[in-house]
Amino acid sequence: MQHEQEKHGVHVESGTDKAAELCEQVREATAAKTPLTITGGGTKAFYGRQSVPENAQAISLTEHSGITHYDPVELVVSVRAGTPLSQLEAALAAEGQQLPCEPPHFGASATVGGMVASGLSGPRRPWSGSVRDFVLGTRVIGHEGKELRFGGEVMKNVAGYDLSRLMTGAQGTLGIITEVSFKVLPKAPAVAGLRLEMTLEDALRRFAEWGRQPLPITGAAYHDGALHLRLEGGNSSVPATATRLGGDRLDAGFWQDLREHRLAFFDPADPRPLWRVSLPNNTPPLALDGDSLYDWAGAQRWLRSTITADTLREIVTRAGGHATCYTPGTTEPFTPLTRTMARYHHQLKTQLDPNGIFNPGRLYPEF
Amino acid sequence: MNILYDERLDGALALNDKASVLDRLQTSVPDMKLLHREEDLRPFECDGLSAYRVLPMLVAMPDTLEQIENLMRVCFEMGVPVVTRGAGTGLSGGALPLEQGVLLVMSRFSRILDVDPDARTAKVQPGVRNLAISEAAAPYNLYYAPDPSSQIACSIGGNVAENAGGVHCLKYGLTVHNVLKVNVITIEGERMTLGSDAFDAPGFDLLALFTGSEGMLGVITEVTVKLLPKPEVAKVLMASFDDIEKAGKAVGDIIAAGIIPGGLEMMDNLAIRAAEDFIRAGYPVEAEAILLCELDGVEADVDDDCQTVRDVLRKAGATDIQLARDDAERAKFWAGRKNAFPAVGRMSPDYYCMDGTIPKRALPSVLKGIAALSEEHGLPVANVFHAGDGNMHPLILFDANKPGELELAEKVGGKILELCVEAGGAITGEHGVGREKINQMCVQFKPDELTSFHAVKAAFDSRGLLNPGKNIPTLQRCAEFGAMHVHHGKLPHPDLPRF
Repeated sequence: MQHEQEKHGVHVESGTDKAAELCEQVREATAAKTPLTITGGGTKAFYGRQSVPENAQAISLTEHSGITHYDPVELVVSVRAGTPLSQLEAALAAEGQQLPCEPPHFGASATVGGMVASGLSGPRRPWSGSVRDFVLGTRVIGHEGKELRFGGEVMKNVAGYDLSRLMTGAQGTLGIITEVSFKVLPKAPAVAGLRLEMTLEDALRRFAEWGRQPLPITGAAYHDGALHLRLEGGNSSVPATATRLGGDRLDAGFWQDLREHRLAFFDPADPRPLWRVSLPNNTPPLALDGDSLYDWAGAQRWLRSTITADTLREIVTRAGGHATCYTPGTTEPFTPLTRTMARYHHQLKTQLDPNGIFNPGRLYPEF
Repeated sequence: MNILYDERLDGALALNDKASVLDRLQTSVPDMKLLHREEDLRPFECDGLSAYRVLPMLVAMPDTLEQIENLMRVCFEMGVPVVTRGAGTGLSGGALPLEQGVLLVMSRFSRILDVDPDARTAKVQPGVRNLAISEAAAPYNLYYAPDPSSQIACSIGGNVAENAGGVHCLKYGLTVHNVLKVNVITIEGERMTLGSDAFDAPGFDLLALFTGSEGMLGVITEVTVKLLPKPEVAKVLMASFDDIEKAGKAVGDIIAAGIIPGGLEMMDNLAIRAAEDFIRAGYPVEAEAILLCELDGVEADVDDDCQTVRDVLRKAGATDIQLARDDAERAKFWAGRKNAFPAVGRMSPDYYCMDGTIPKRALPSVLKGIAALSEEHGLPVANVFHAGDGNMHPLILFDANKPGELELAEKVGGKILELCVEAGGAITGEHGVGREKINQMCVQFKPDELTSFHAVKAAFDSRGLLNPGKNIPTLQRCAEFGAMHVHHGKLPHPDLPRF
């Protein structure tokens, strides 16, 4: 068996398996109808509603950690939820691979489980796909306190409903994610960063124009009077495209600072709430008070504004998008659902979590 | 074990007599086309899995959303099952009708509503053919990436319902990666929008949940897809091997070299000979296996990658490597592959196509297992393989006119899928479970997992009327299947009651 493992690639079995203890905790919570607050590294605790029921108990995934299987040739890695995201990224980087969706950490203690439960993706998302796009399978503890397996470790799998992707971004409200299998990809051989000064209108026009061409773009932001561009691809195309598009060189650290909200724009001392506005491609600038930073070639806009949630959401919804508040406690963080959608969300929650023990109220007040 | 709907195992269906359902629908949805005479129903008795045929009670062919809403309300109230059908090209019996059910045919929803080149999206009705989207986007130098081999005929609604794949999935993803928004109508006749025109939407990812749900959660009425800029160039290398294991290893070597091909396909000798006989694609008929490796992107990068892949293939022991000289030859290389199924169909009165997926490292052992099954049961198997993403399509050759051969082919097919599950893979990569693989779902999933699927179904369809019996087996079915199917001396679900 050892020989097999060496022959077929890297197998890593590190960390600890706490699934049995976690299942037991869930069974006790179900029996006592005690709500559970699912925690990892706590770096995304700000994201979502802050209402925790008084009788809630914390259930921590941090000790359930380790990469259980990684075979670079298969482009698949399986990781326990409590594994630090930085550990996973380092293991992938050692093989020249990465999670293309570039998830934000928001702190050194970020875990893989938190990444998947929040479903947040970084600047490469419009070109690479989102966190859920790279989720191939999950292990999840359901309300009966049993670990269930959905999806798997293969690229294509359409057996049964796609509960793995349903769990992604559900913020732990449908079950506890204990392990995730991801598709991973090689890092591009060549990278370049460009900064081109221009007006916002010109930048948006360029985004649309370039979007229709097969260019090696994997990051496009408008900030501080300049279009910021990242090119990733082959050793031939990237330098050639950089020369053709011109502009100044941009340090690669910009994309990390943007992803991690470390740019001055995101200064936590700013008293105005921070909003994430998600819009269709090619949406013109919206008449919103405050300061904006355009990422995802204009499809994700960060807004610092004192605008009321209702006004903002009315404008954004009309443009085909939605707005999420990143400053905890100021308002409902997520755009309210339509009546029919809310009804089916509620029914789904009730079916998968009949006692309402998993992170109740984290997404919406009703569930 | 017969796969036709069996109320004893799959759940009781409401007893409605045809005349009263017809009468009620004619009154409630007066302007909707309804077929009810046997000769009119006959063309709808099967989908692409033509070994199984059931005459539906009625066929509804609406052309407005209001008609669908009203149809659903009536069916919900009367407890009439609804099976939705697109182009009917599905290979797993996902649109197999029910005797007591209405077959909802979406073919009249065939308009492309909008192509927005600057947002790189196309908004289409579900009956639009897959290829028609790329054709409509072509003037803008854009295309829709997923390309199932049936793309000239299959419709986008069916693609979403099945989470269809194709030969470019490793690099460009499946349907779920290429759809932004889907409008649905629920069994209770409500309209809902899943996803959005933006990259995400508030709430649960119901778009992902509905994609591949085989028409069991709602009826798809509109689809907005992402369009991609056409790659500047695409080049195809064809490598011949005198040993299929060497070809399998070469696949891993290409990935290990850091290259993600646009397409990476493998065919074995039987499939090569069938395709060559049919298409004259220029395949080497003496080779034990060929690999087709398509590299696409910016020209300079593609040229670099072609060189790298050539070196990898040579080292892996390829006996011959050809680069398609031009687009015409590239199309010819692909035509052989895309027509592999009908080509094999010409060699044998019937064939049965499997769709298992495996980790690439398991390829040699699974191929050996398939060869042993083929030998043991005396049915030839041709292998066509989306090698890049581990999706196998063994084609089992048989003659349905010979007594017992269909059953034998199904038995071999079922065993092949179990090999895939044992190797860490899945019973279906892109064709769906439908009715065809309903029993193998009992091998893939444990009862608690199946129970979660039934819970999801109940959240959207409390009366179980949308495409009942497909995709997710009942625990009763699994218990009976398990009782008949002792594997390695172990029952799959020893904890379930037997009856």
